[in-house]
Amino acid sequence: MNTVEVKGLVKTFDGHVRARRRGRGDQVRALDGVDLAAEPGEYLVLLGPSGCGKTTLLRTIAGLEQPTEGEVLIGGNVVNGLPPRVRQIAMVFQSYALYPHKTVLDNIVFPLRAEGMAKDERDRKAKWAAELLDIQPLLRRKPRQLSGGERQRVALARALVRDPAVFLLDEPLSNLDAKMRATARDELKRFQERVGTTTIYVTHDQAEAMGLGDRIAVLEHGRVRQVGTPQEVYDDPADTFVATFIGSPPMNLVRRDGRLVGFRPEHLLPVENVPADARVRMPFQVERMEYLSGDRHVYGTVTGIGEETRVIARLPATVGTPLEAGETREFAVPAERLRFFDADGGKRAAAVPIGGSP
Amino acid sequence: MTAGSGRPKAGLADRDGFLAWVMLLPSVVYIIALVGVPFLLAIAFAFSDVTTGDPSFDFVGFGNFAEVFDDGVFWRSLRNTLFFTLVSMVLIVVFGKILANILVADFHGKWFVRFLVLLPWTTPVALSTVSWLWFLDSIFSPVDWVLRNLGLIDANVVWLGRPGTAMASVIAVQVWRLTPLAAVIVMAGLVAIPRDINEAARIDGAGFWRRMFEVTIPLTLPVIAVAGLFGAIMTFTDMTVPYVLTRGGPTHATDVLASWAYFRGIEGGDVGQGAAIALFLFPLLFAGAIAILRAVRRLEAR
Amino acid sequence: MTTVINVEGLRKRYARRHVAARCGVYGAAVLAALVCALPFLWSVVSAFKQNQDLYNPESNPFFYNKPATPDHVTFLFTDTPFLTFVVNTLIVGAVVVAVTLVLALPAAYSLARLDRPWGTPMGIAIFLVYLVPPSLLFLSLTRVVVWLHLEDTLWSMIVVYPTITVPVSVWLLIGFLKAVPKDIEEQAMVDGHSRLGAFLRAVLPLVFPGIVAVVVFSFTLTASEFVYALAFVSASPEMVVSTGVPTQLIRGDVFFWQSLQASTVITAVPIAFLFNLFLDRFVTGFTMGAVKT
Repeated sequence: MNTVEVKGLVKTFDGHVRARRRGRGDQVRALDGVDLAAEPGEYLVLLGPSGCGKTTLLRTIAGLEQPTEGEVLIGGNVVNGLPPRVRQIAMVFQSYALYPHKTVLDNIVFPLRAEGMAKDERDRKAKWAAELLDIQPLLRRKPRQLSGGERQRVALARALVRDPAVFLLDEPLSNLDAKMRATARDELKRFQERVGTTTIYVTHDQAEAMGLGDRIAVLEHGRVRQVGTPQEVYDDPADTFVATFIGSPPMNLVRRDGRLVGFRPEHLLPVENVPADARVRMPFQVERMEYLSGDRHVYGTVTGIGEETRVIARLPATVGTPLEAGETREFAVPAERLRFFDADGGKRAAAVPIGGSP
Repeated sequence: MTAGSGRPKAGLADRDGFLAWVMLLPSVVYIIALVGVPFLLAIAFAFSDVTTGDPSFDFVGFGNFAEVFDDGVFWRSLRNTLFFTLVSMVLIVVFGKILANILVADFHGKWFVRFLVLLPWTTPVALSTVSWLWFLDSIFSPVDWVLRNLGLIDANVVWLGRPGTAMASVIAVQVWRLTPLAAVIVMAGLVAIPRDINEAARIDGAGFWRRMFEVTIPLTLPVIAVAGLFGAIMTFTDMTVPYVLTRGGPTHATDVLASWAYFRGIEGGDVGQGAAIALFLFPLLFAGAIAILRAVRRLEAR
Repeated sequence: MTTVINVEGLRKRYARRHVAARCGVYGAAVLAALVCALPFLWSVVSAFKQNQDLYNPESNPFFYNKPATPDHVTFLFTDTPFLTFVVNTLIVGAVVVAVTLVLALPAAYSLARLDRPWGTPMGIAIFLVYLVPPSLLFLSLTRVVVWLHLEDTLWSMIVVYPTITVPVSVWLLIGFLKAVPKDIEEQAMVDGHSRLGAFLRAVLPLVFPGIVAVVVFSFTLTASEFVYALAFVSASPEMVVSTGVPTQLIRGDVFFWQSLQASTVITAVPIAFLFNLFLDRFVTGFTMGAVKT
């Protein structure tokens, strides 16, 4: 039994008021037939560009939005029409939404008081959660006296005490500065591993998605493009959207006979660095180079395997080949690293042989 | 662990559509009962012969209007109302804008200055007008005392005893008491201007006056319009200042529609005629309201 | 080196200009305060004057030409119904403010948050009601008050005054409610409250400053109202300050001037004081209501 499942979910926003407020102009179909399931204990990440419907999906699961069509199941029960409070969920908002007028302790026990739990029990649970997240010294403070990371932990503690069937996290790291973010991400992961609760996590940051998710669901225009482990979505993208959305720099795509031939920048290397048995060679004209944390990003044009296309090659520090802007060199990609897409729909297509001369 | 088992299902308190109505309904019912109904009643009275002595309702058609139109005092008070409103509005906007600019500036003792500036508006208008009654007294007026001692006048002006000065006095008191309100509204607009716009203008080399006329005023124009229309509507419908200060005198020189309706309808007892006079406020008021809305719309669109 | 000299010169010039600007600001502030408050200063001075001093056209109106006396202020409290008027004003004000909050808070929440398609037009309609003046309605409302047998009672004002305070309070509260992050109430709903519970437990505490501003503003409006009070109540023991003072403290041609001036100052100062405390909130409330309809 899946902890959370959505079937054929469609959400349209009626009227222009909402669309305008969300800054999405005339787009009204926020979810366009979404099927997705999270298994018990799984860390499922919803990844997509802004406006792709990932937050709407999360809010629909939470019960903050009602779906136009389709069903939401939590613990096997259809929860359509139920208010958020009876859905056995806990949510952490992007802003953490701590009640600014309550102390940390009062924030944590707030959901328990709503349930009408006895005071001893409440305090015991709050202490347990505070200990787990290491925030006991902060219990008497007000939210405004906390740092961003501490706020996140308080929000998590508040979510934890409810014993929810699922945690819903809406871009919880986006309000932190870059340095905090790495630590907070690590904390989030370890926290989930310890409590083992199913978690659905929304983000637009692929590094977060790759680092945190057991599985990643890539969304675009209200549709799920691909669901899979981080490795699957990276190595075997289902279509050109996923291929170019994930990976930095994105996958190179070269048009050839109604197909798009794709390969990751790190697989495009000077020919002598690619095993000779199965490689695809191509002349690469170097235009300019960037030196980024040990890697060389080389921008240039390839010819020979299809139409002339601008691509990026990422050479690791171990590749010492001297390169100059303006020169043309022989590069190659291992044949098994090539991915093929239909040029029209962008979907994965069968491999076609390319003059794989060694 | 089944969601919802043994716990409250979606109740009425969860349904937005239901709540939205229930929460709004008391206010709407109240306003309909005590604004909507009386408004219709006022229209009905204008076509009836109801008096305070004889409250029975008889339809008299346009009889009241005919009588009101035949009365020169009505036309005089209509002219007075328009003049009173127009002049007051212009002065209120100009002074309100200046006052707002002073109040948003940064200086020591600002709190106390603001307190003094707010006094005219927060004082019940009837009371402040009574105070003015003394300052404009025919014999003991301190204003006249100052002017006499400066050698500007020989004898007292008797401000409230002559048509021209009586009107000027009524306007002065009205402007004095409404300017703080206009200033507060304009202040709201001034603080809403993003800081960086003003800072960009400074870096671009614009001085105080250029910033005032090319940045501040254009950006706060909708708010200034709102302040002006508030001033206009509150002046247009107000009878307190003329009622307390001059009782409409001398010989109706300062009678306005509202005060004339009161004298007719309550003190004269002719409810029908009073209502007919008061009804004349409505079309002009309606136009004013539309204008306010337009200004607010533009404010929103910005 | 010429550049250095120029910079010095410029610096001096702008320093002078800065000083001039500061003087200008202070000058303007003092002038504004004087223009607005001068009548009240006169009132304070006059309130303690002896009759021979006050009623002498030649004596300086700004100073005590004879020793000051508290007699007329005492007279106001002991020999006039002024205190009754004050108590009545406070009663009417308190009840009206309470009724206003009970009506306006849910209405404002409904319009600010439970966005229905009719939300915006309804908000505008309620705001327009604020513009319908007492002078248009007092005749028919007087009949309504008579039908309800409330004439010459405080209840007449209590029943009718919220027509003035509710629309403007709804307008202000919408602004304050929209400033509360949506996340907070959604969090409360996820945390186990209904929509109503989220409003009561999470949102209301956060708009408390706004509520205080609305209370002060409504009370000010109530205390200043004149037309209804004059039309509904003609019995002195049920009058409020704004009608009682001008009608009961002036007996025909006899004006108790010092007592009248004292009553104005005594009423004006506490209200202005309260209002000034909350001016900033009122200003922000007005902007939010206006900008985020």
